[in-house]
Amino acid sequence: MELVYALVIGALTASGVYLLLRARTFPVVMGLTLLSYGVNLFLFSSGRLSTGQQPIIGSTTAYSDPLPQALVLTAIVIGFAMTAFVVVLSLRNLADNNDDHVDGARPESATRGKQDEEVSDK
Amino acid sequence: MTHWLTAPILIPMLGGILQTFMGYAPISLRRTLGIATTALILASSLVLLALADDGSYRIYAFGNWQPPFGIVLVLDRLAALMLVMTSVLALCCHMFSIGGADEGNRQFHTLFLFQLMGLNIAFLTGDLFNLFVAFEVLLIASYGLLMHGGGTVRTVPGLHYVVLNLIGSSIFLISVGMIYSVTGTLNMADLAVKIPQVTGDNLNIVKAGGMMLLVVFALKAALLPLCFWLPKAYAKATAPVAALFAVMTKVGVYAIIRVYLLVFGNDAGELANLGMDWLFPLALATLAIGVIGALGADNLKSLVAWQVIISVGTLLAPVALGSAASLSAALFYLLSTTWTVAGLFLVAELVAHQRGSARDRIITAPRMRNRKLLGVLFMMGAVAAAGLPPLSGFFGKVLILKSVEPGPQMAWLWSVLLIGSFLTVIAYSRAGSIVFWRTVDGHLEQPEPVKGKVTTAAGTLIALTVVIVALAGPINRYTDATAQQLLDTGAYTEILQTSMVGEDD
Repeated sequence: MELVYALVIGALTASGVYLLLRARTFPVVMGLTLLSYGVNLFLFSSGRLSTGQQPIIGSTTAYSDPLPQALVLTAIVIGFAMTAFVVVLSLRNLADNNDDHVDGARPESATRGKQDEEVSDK
Repeated sequence: MTHWLTAPILIPMLGGILQTFMGYAPISLRRTLGIATTALILASSLVLLALADDGSYRIYAFGNWQPPFGIVLVLDRLAALMLVMTSVLALCCHMFSIGGADEGNRQFHTLFLFQLMGLNIAFLTGDLFNLFVAFEVLLIASYGLLMHGGGTVRTVPGLHYVVLNLIGSSIFLISVGMIYSVTGTLNMADLAVKIPQVTGDNLNIVKAGGMMLLVVFALKAALLPLCFWLPKAYAKATAPVAALFAVMTKVGVYAIIRVYLLVFGNDAGELANLGMDWLFPLALATLAIGVIGALGADNLKSLVAWQVIISVGTLLAPVALGSAASLSAALFYLLSTTWTVAGLFLVAELVAHQRGSARDRIITAPRMRNRKLLGVLFMMGAVAAAGLPPLSGFFGKVLILKSVEPGPQMAWLWSVLLIGSFLTVIAYSRAGSIVFWRTVDGHLEQPEPVKGKVTTAAGTLIALTVVIVALAGPINRYTDATAQQLLDTGAYTEILQTSMVGEDD
């Protein structure tokens, strides 16, 4: 189980980082989401992996640690809110700049150049 | 257990919730309530400062859970100092914002107060995961504040800021998981006890976790390889927001001081002083890049934004050395630089309003209005920021220079800090002389009159540099005592022995 679990975390994190490095907002949002899935699974495993155990010391020989579960729950809630925000911000970026590049424009036509032209036109 | 500790968190929370439901109330009512809330935060911070000054630790355990099992708030001298610094700054920024910057978004005051709540939790918490939650609270409020006032110019820097901080949060969680998986605790006092006992392979896991934590705090503090998001974001934000953000990088500095001195301090066995040998050269490099940026800045706000980076470098270099004298000097400089930089952001905004279409760009323009007042404020701010006598920046830098012991570190710190200060003076005098002195003939549209409230707010922050000089003796005594308290980690871990049961009966 440990090996599969570790491979899943690794795959999620690797694809998350790969997508984050794309310079368009949609892949970046997807990358953030995958990265946070990987991180949540990792945080969950910090209490050791065990199945069918109670989170109470002394009731059985082995127990599952309840604290990482609480931490993951908090992290999921926060991550969800942040993702919602970054989606809205990406849409705003798309609407403002007519481009979903994270810099607002592809490098060859820098944003500042466009704005200066607009100012001089007026 | 004293309930006062929750006041700086509960006051902005209740005030913020109230503001949420008042979005359509008359703006004067919202402003009055907002300012009153911020003033109350300042009052409660002063009470906590008076409490903390006796040098003992006060804790507040939520739900009366015996530490390390529940979440605790811990008040010591450092936390009280940061609270007072933040609430003084917040009051001035809030006063500036009701001069008109809060229009255009019904929830400005809500976001502002939630931002203060996040900052105050971060300063008071004694738990690593709670610190993460505090970071998220202050970050999500700051995302909103950064975009406040709209305009397409803020979208791209805002997006960069949000994405970078989300990645930072992920790394924070990974490092928290690594540390928890070995030590089984996230209470900072308990970590300070458990970390020295870690042995074998586990040592490397904790080491990796600790170093990743340093990356996160360095991102918040804008240390060199992670500082390039800052100038654009701060220069484009509304003035009172940018001024309040002067304290955001200091949260990173605070977290480094708190976690690395306590958890990975001198007593941490094999992990003692983890990362500090990296921090020193990086801090000096940050200082250097900040100076280069300041010399190349093309408007006043980005000049001040680069000054934020300069002050982070200046602060973290003595923190990395970790002696009592250098910590005390760093805390003194922290107080001075935060208020000065915030004041300069506000002055830059005032200047921008008086120069027509030239705004705050460093170019020649027709003679601006209210030149004398704004020129004097800018000059005082620049003198304090660059560290020229007789204002507070000078004393902060002298204390930092004096605190280094002779050796190669002294040579590096002295040369980088002194050459950096000299070049900063050049950057400010270039900007100041072009903006205030060199004028061209031309017609300037009638500018808005300088309003009393905004000028008072900016003037107060600048005048605080004089106050710091006047009170340098008491402040220095306080920072000395704070440094002693920070290095005595044994006293901090004693909060674990506090008995919780039946105390309130």
